[in-house]
Amino acid sequence: MTLQLSHFSAALIFALFASIVFGITQRSERREMLKYGAKCFLFFVVGTIAAGWAMWILRH
Amino acid sequence: MAKEKTNVAESANVKSASKAPAQPMTAMAVVAPIVGWLVPGAGHLIQKRWGRGLLLMLSVVAMFVIGILMEGKVYAFNTGDILDMLGFVGDLGAGVLYFVVRALGIGIGAINLATADYGTKYIIVSGLLNIISAVDAHDIAIGKKP
Repeated sequence: MTLQLSHFSAALIFALFASIVFGITQRSERREMLKYGAKCFLFFVVGTIAAGWAMWILRH
Repeated sequence: MAKEKTNVAESANVKSASKAPAQPMTAMAVVAPIVGWLVPGAGHLIQKRWGRGLLLMLSVVAMFVIGILMEGKVYAFNTGDILDMLGFVGDLGAGVLYFVVRALGIGIGAINLATADYGTKYIIVSGLLNIISAVDAHDIAIGKKP
C-alpha cells in the first residue's frame, strides 16, 4: 500500500502533527499549549504558501 | 583586593545557585525519558498525563506510519555521508518503531516516487519530535513542568 499525497496536503499533515508536539512540549498550561500549537500551525501553513509563491516568482 | 575577588566569586556562586535550583533526581526522572523514547508518548502516560501522552503518541506514530506509507527511506547505521548519519540519528529517535521497521526490512525508499522524499522527512522528523517528547517527560518527572 502506497500513500500518494500532494505537496500541499503533505505539508499540511506535517504542520498539524509537528504543531501538536510543539504545543504540548513547549508550554506548561493547557490554554497556552493550544495557543502556541495553533500559532505554530499557522506559521507552517503561511510559510509554505509564502515559499510556494516565492518559488513561483523566481521561476517566472 | 583579594577580599574583593572573594566577594565577587561568592556572589557569582549565589547567583548561579539561585538561577539553577537543584532538581530531585528520582527513578521516574530516568525511566520516563527512556520509556518515552522507546514508545512515543509513554513517558507521559506513565506519569498519568493521559491527554498529552495520547496526543504525542498519535502525532509521532502517525507521522512515522505516513512516512513509511509514502515509501520513505529508513536509514541504517552508517559512516558515510554526514546527512545519512544525521538521518540515522533522526530515525533512531522513533524508538521501537524504528527497530520494528528495520527488522521487517521496510523503508528501502522508492526513488521513482516524488513523494517518497517527503516520506523520508516525515520519518526523520517523527523521530526528532519523539526526542523532544522524551525530554518533556523528563521535565515533568523532575517537577520543572506541571
